[in-house]
Formats: sequence, C-alpha cells, structure tokens
Amino acid sequence: MVLMASSRHEVGAKSFPLVIYIVVPLLALGLQSLLSLHLTRFDLLDLPLLVTIYYAITQREPVSATLVGTVIGIAQDGLTHHALGIFGISKAVIGYMAASLGVRVDTENHGARLLLTFGFTLAQTFVLWMLERHMLGQPWAWHGLHELVRAATNAVVGVILFALLDLTRRTEY
Amino acid sequence: MESFFSRYRNALVLIAVLVAQVIGLAVQVRQPDPDAPDKGGVRLIRSWVVGIVTPPEMLLHGTGKGIRGLWSNYIDLIHVRRENKDLKSELDRLRLEEDSMAENARQGQRLQALLGFKEKYVYQTVAAQVIGTSGTEQSHVLLIDKGSQDGIKPDMPVITPDGIVGKTRDVFRHTSQVLEISDATSGAGVILETTRIRGVLRGDTWGQPEIVSLSPDDRIQRGEPVLTSGGDAIYPRGLAVGIVERVVPQPEGTLVNVQVKPAANLSRLEEVLVITSTGEAMPDEMQQDLTDTQQKASDILAEKLPSRADPNAPADQQPDDAPTGPDGEVARPVQPPKALHPDHFTPSDTPPAAELVPGQRITNAQSSAAAGSESGAPQPPKPETTTPQTSTPARPAPKPPGAAAKPKSKPATTPGNQQNPAPAQQPPPPAQTTPPQGAA
Repeated sequence: MVLMASSRHEVGAKSFPLVIYIVVPLLALGLQSLLSLHLTRFDLLDLPLLVTIYYAITQREPVSATLVGTVIGIAQDGLTHHALGIFGISKAVIGYMAASLGVRVDTENHGARLLLTFGFTLAQTFVLWMLERHMLGQPWAWHGLHELVRAATNAVVGVILFALLDLTRRTEY
Repeated sequence: MESFFSRYRNALVLIAVLVAQVIGLAVQVRQPDPDAPDKGGVRLIRSWVVGIVTPPEMLLHGTGKGIRGLWSNYIDLIHVRRENKDLKSELDRLRLEEDSMAENARQGQRLQALLGFKEKYVYQTVAAQVIGTSGTEQSHVLLIDKGSQDGIKPDMPVITPDGIVGKTRDVFRHTSQVLEISDATSGAGVILETTRIRGVLRGDTWGQPEIVSLSPDDRIQRGEPVLTSGGDAIYPRGLAVGIVERVVPQPEGTLVNVQVKPAANLSRLEEVLVITSTGEAMPDEMQQDLTDTQQKASDILAEKLPSRADPNAPADQQPDDAPTGPDGEVARPVQPPKALHPDHFTPSDTPPAAELVPGQRITNAQSSAAAGSESGAPQPPKPETTTPQTSTPARPAPKPPGAAAKPKSKPATTPGNQQNPAPAQQPPPPAQTTPPQGAA
C-alpha cells in the first residue's frame, strides 16, 4: 500500500543539523541558477521547491514549513526581476500543505513521495498562475502538457534528491 | 481566546505570512514605473540573495572555465594548423570585403551629415562573464560578474559580437542583472532591414522574441535581418537583433506578430559586452580604422591597376600638383586647328562680351581682333570635365545619360600621387564627415 495513515508517534519526526538547513537551500538556489545557464531546459526543474517539499514532509510542522517555504521563495524571487513575494507566497502555501499532509501520509515511501511531488509541483504552478495572471496582470499562458512534463520531471528528480537528503537527517522519537 | 489561537495556530501563521507578502507585492506593484530598478528594502533583499548566491557561482564558473581552457589550449590542438590556414584565407577575403564596404560607409556618413542625422557610436564597453540565470522559465534574467564598481548602471545595453542580448536592470556592487530581450516584460525598438518596418521586440510566454502588433505585410519574408532602430534610447541604432523566423497572426484582431530568431545565442551565453558609453561623434579608433581601410584599399587597387607606376622609372617632370610647368608657363591644352574661312560661328571668333554693344552687329574686324587675341594668349581649359566634385549639391542638376560619368574620386590613390600627395585631391578625412553636433 503506497499511501497509508500514520501518526507522528508511528513514524518519528526527522531533524537535521543546523548547517544542513542553511546549506541545502543555498545550494539548491545556486545550482538552479548555474545549471540553467549551461543545461538547456534545466529550468523545468525547481530545486528550491523540492527542498521546500522535503523539509515540510519530513518535519511535519506546518508553521516551520510555512516559514522555510517563505524564506526560500523570497530568495528565489531575488534572483528574478519580478516583485518579491511571488515565489514566497507559492512556496509558503506548498510548505504548509506538504507539512499538513506529512502528518497523515507515510512520506517514507518513494511512491508516495513521487505522487506528492507531482501534485505539489502542479499546485505551485496553479498558485503562480493565480498570482501573476490574475493578481498582477502579467502575461501567462497555461500549457497543460508542458506543466505535466514539468511536474513529472520534478517528481522523478525529487525522489532521487529526497533519498540523498535522507542520509543527512537524524531521527528523533 | 487562547484556545482559538492554539487550535488554529498553523492556519493563522499561514494567513499572516500570506497577507504580509500580498501587502508587500501591492507596494511593489504600485510603483510609478514597475520596470524600473528596485529601491529600498526590495533592493536590499535582492542584493543579499545575489551576494550570497553569486560567489559560489563565480567559483564554479571559474573552475569550469579553467578546465575548458586547459583542454582547449594544451590538449585539443589537433586541427590548429589547418584551421589557422583557413582563417588566414578567410581574413584575406574579409579584407577585400571591408575595403568595398568602407566606401559605402563614407558615403553613408556624408549623406547622414547632409541630412543632419544623429548617429550613436559605441565609445566604451565592459566585458563581463555570465555566471548565472534566474533559474525559472518565467523570468529571463542573467547574472553577470560586473557591477557598479565597474561602471555599470541600470538600462545599459548588453551585447555580444553576434547581436544584442538585453539591458542591465538591477546593478549591485560586483554583479548585475541583465533582462534578456526574450523576456515578456522587456522591450526594444527594432527595424526590419529590407522593408524598413519598425516595431517593438519583446518575448512571448515561451521566451520567444517577437515583434508585436505589426500590420500584415507580404514583404516581410523569412530570413530578413532585424536591427535595432535606436528609437528606445537604450540600444544604439544598427545592432543586429536576429532574423525573421515566421509571421504569426494575433489571436484577436487583424495584426500580426513577427517571431525573430535571435542573432546571439541566448541559451548559451558565456561572455557579453556592456555598452557603458555612447556618443554622437565617431570615436578615434573607428576613424583610424576607416583611414587604415582606405589606405589598404588604395594599396590593393594599386596592385590590381595596370597603370601602376614603375619604381625604377624617372621622376615625373610635370607633377599634377605643380601650378606651372618647368618653363614657368601654365600647361596648355591642345588647340583645335584654325578654320580656313572663319565666320560668326567659328569657335574663339567672337569678341569678349565687354566689347559688345547691344543692337550692334559684329564686324569682321572685331572678329579678327578677337581671333587674334585668342590665338595669341591661349587660356587654360575649363575644368568642368576634369575637376572632381568634392561636395554633393543639395539638389543636383539633372544630367543627360551620356554626361553622367562619375568623376574619378580617387586620383590621389595611385602610387605616383602617394609620393607627392596633393592636399586638394585627397578625400576628406572621416572627421570631416561626422554628423553635425546637436542636429535633431
């Protein structure tokens, strides 16, 4: 069974060393900026989003996940020329949703991670579309197939990345 | 009340965070010019983020460049000799092309000066390395490793030797953001080279640059070059932008968008040039290049012309720039033979106009006197067919087809004349053909 109900007592909450909390988001931002320059279509990936989802589903604490998502999102806004807050809002929402689901879903399963990441990538695109198209009036064209490919790519890479990040955490009961 | 906050703590924190960010967005969007560089706190946050992210990027970029340089400079040198030979032949061919284009450039400058056209020349550029991007599809922004400390300011054009890239937006101390022409919020004034249709270039939602909202025109063909028009007061006029890829009708209305394939490879940029200074007078280096090109053209023509002077031949006894001959007399043209039976229509048989009286017939004595004075003191030839025109009249008189022969514009370019240059026969230097200052 891929999805199953669990509680904080059944699956222990995970924590990370403080340096990981700082280094990993910065690494995600830097690699996203650098590799998009050299690899065509690397911008399909959203490494800051994957890091936000991972922290949220492993911490299972909506408040901290919201704040972490906000900080990562605003930092990502800083690299663009858009107004600060677009990615901040979207990643705050995704962090909150992922942490809330992480309490109820077994997030240790790779299949569950795949589906969650796929869904959260689509959810972020929807939030961005609402913000940019309807709130800020910026040009935005919704390309369904493109968004599905993007979500699938992020889901596959997310499963691999999450497995790597699992190596850095320590379990607390 | 306490239980309410503790019960809905998570949702309340989320709402508070979202409301705070929405208010921040609203403040930013309500600026008078949303496209202008950021100020205040927004600029500070952006500066922090860029300051944290860019040093590792610079390090990684520098490391990768070093490895590539090691490979290309010391290891991968297999076809260098052959490539060098090909490049030399290509250089020779380009020199000949340059010579032919230099004359067109000078002519264009003369015409621009006549029209009072104000040209923008690139004075100074700063080379910069591209070290990163925004990393998202929604924002086509580059990060370069030059900032305000290097003289970069907002809204400076960024180019490559192939074509334009974009303009600087937010400038920090050591880095700058460059907004690419493929971004949906960018804008550049462009002109189609052949059809001279003007428009505004910007990116679509896919990042494809396109000239928006043009009237349908059958003359717009695929492959037509697109240049900057200079109308946006950012990009100098005449820089390459790209070529027309296809014409796409707008979903609503009757206008069309012209998709443009950028001349610069926007997806693989490593080094760019930031134009930090422009001016209306031609820079000294460009003037020198033009003069050198002119001299090279004269050398090539001298090599090819059959009338090339023999260096071993004796010196010219009567050079063109000498006002008189060796005997002190003006060089005389060949005179026509004298008429056996002169009449009123014989050339040089009419008395000077000062001696004529209105209503009085010309007598044979007057004619003979006039003829005698003509034959006794021959006049130099009229220069109407030999003097080159050095200035273009505002309204040139129409000429019959047979009389439209172009005068020799380069009499001073032969080797003999190079040895004794005549100032009046030299073409004007480029500095004299620059557009007038302050012309509209």
